[in-house]
Amino acid sequence: MRALPFALAVALSLTVSAAMPGTARAADDITITIKDHKFTPAEVRISANKRMSIVVVNDDPTPEEFESLPMKIEKIIPGNSKALVRFGPIAPGRYEFIGEFNQATAKGVMIAE
Amino acid sequence: MLGSLVIVFREVLEAGLIVGIVMAATRGVPGRGRWITLGVIGGVLGAMVVAAFAGAISDAFEGSGQELFNACVLGIAVVMLMWHNAWMARHGREIAVQMRQIGTAISSGQRTLAALAVVVGLAVLREGSEIVLFLYGIMASGTSGTALLTGGLLGLLAGAALTALTYFGLLAIPSRHIFTVTTWMITLLAAGMAAQAVHFLDVAGLLTALDNVVWNTSWLLSEGSLVGKLLHTLIGYTEQPTAMQLFAYAAVLLAMAVLMRLARNEPSPHPQSA
Repeated sequence: MRALPFALAVALSLTVSAAMPGTARAADDITITIKDHKFTPAEVRISANKRMSIVVVNDDPTPEEFESLPMKIEKIIPGNSKALVRFGPIAPGRYEFIGEFNQATAKGVMIAE
Repeated sequence: MLGSLVIVFREVLEAGLIVGIVMAATRGVPGRGRWITLGVIGGVLGAMVVAAFAGAISDAFEGSGQELFNACVLGIAVVMLMWHNAWMARHGREIAVQMRQIGTAISSGQRTLAALAVVVGLAVLREGSEIVLFLYGIMASGTSGTALLTGGLLGLLAGAALTALTYFGLLAIPSRHIFTVTTWMITLLAAGMAAQAVHFLDVAGLLTALDNVVWNTSWLLSEGSLVGKLLHTLIGYTEQPTAMQLFAYAAVLLAMAVLMRLARNEPSPHPQSA
């Protein structure tokens, strides 16, 4: 019977991979770069009430976790690589984001309007 | 140092609670120490592998690999927890009776132990991979590494202490009631995990139906606070649940109730595995 949960999991992953191509979305041309544990730009304007995807480039050799609790973002970005961060739709307002592994310096804010 | 202690502790919190609950839930089942240890070790090794391939996972499925990975891990854990509760619905009473009578319990719990070892392993793997990356980052950057690393290790110890606290806290419950309590905890744990999985699928763009936020309780309890985070793990607390998340939560509660009722009424005396 142990096979049942695994079969379900496999079926789930297959369904998931089959469904993927239809959901492709391009990044909305917003890029945030991490260098020396700081964000550039540290203030980003985004569209409110819309699904967003932005590119976060980590130019540091160490990994970072791009995180924002109010925007429900949590994304690990390994060193010297980039990741697509998807979130939203969110209401208009100011939302802080941080690099969780370097919170002292890695801070930024998104302004949704 | 305090900063890294807090970061690691926050990551280890969820896994720590789950291990504590699983240990209490398997009280009296022989061999559970071996299985749980196996789960933890497997989880740590898995965390290292996941951390090593973090880039590849992240890039997979058009950048949604991390979310899909998390959703799958949570989904498997939910199924395992359901199965355990169904098994317990069938055998919990005899275990409790035997524990009272002869101090030991039946020996047919190996399968449910395997399921729970998987749950423990997945919890450690999911949270652990972030800790591995965080500590790796500290070591790789070299400067001021020792204090941060010490903080990180203390954070791990604090997580282990939380496991012990959860376990011994639950053991204080009279054996007559303990399985009722752990069954409820596991039910809520599973429902919360399902809601979390829905969030990951939503972010990945796979399950965007009913994604309207139903209420917002961030003014009452922040999910980022310690209490918020504890409740997030224990009962699946979310500041802004979507309709789909609430639906998934309710569906798991319902499925669990049905499954346990079926398991309890099953006439065959063989170890049940619904």
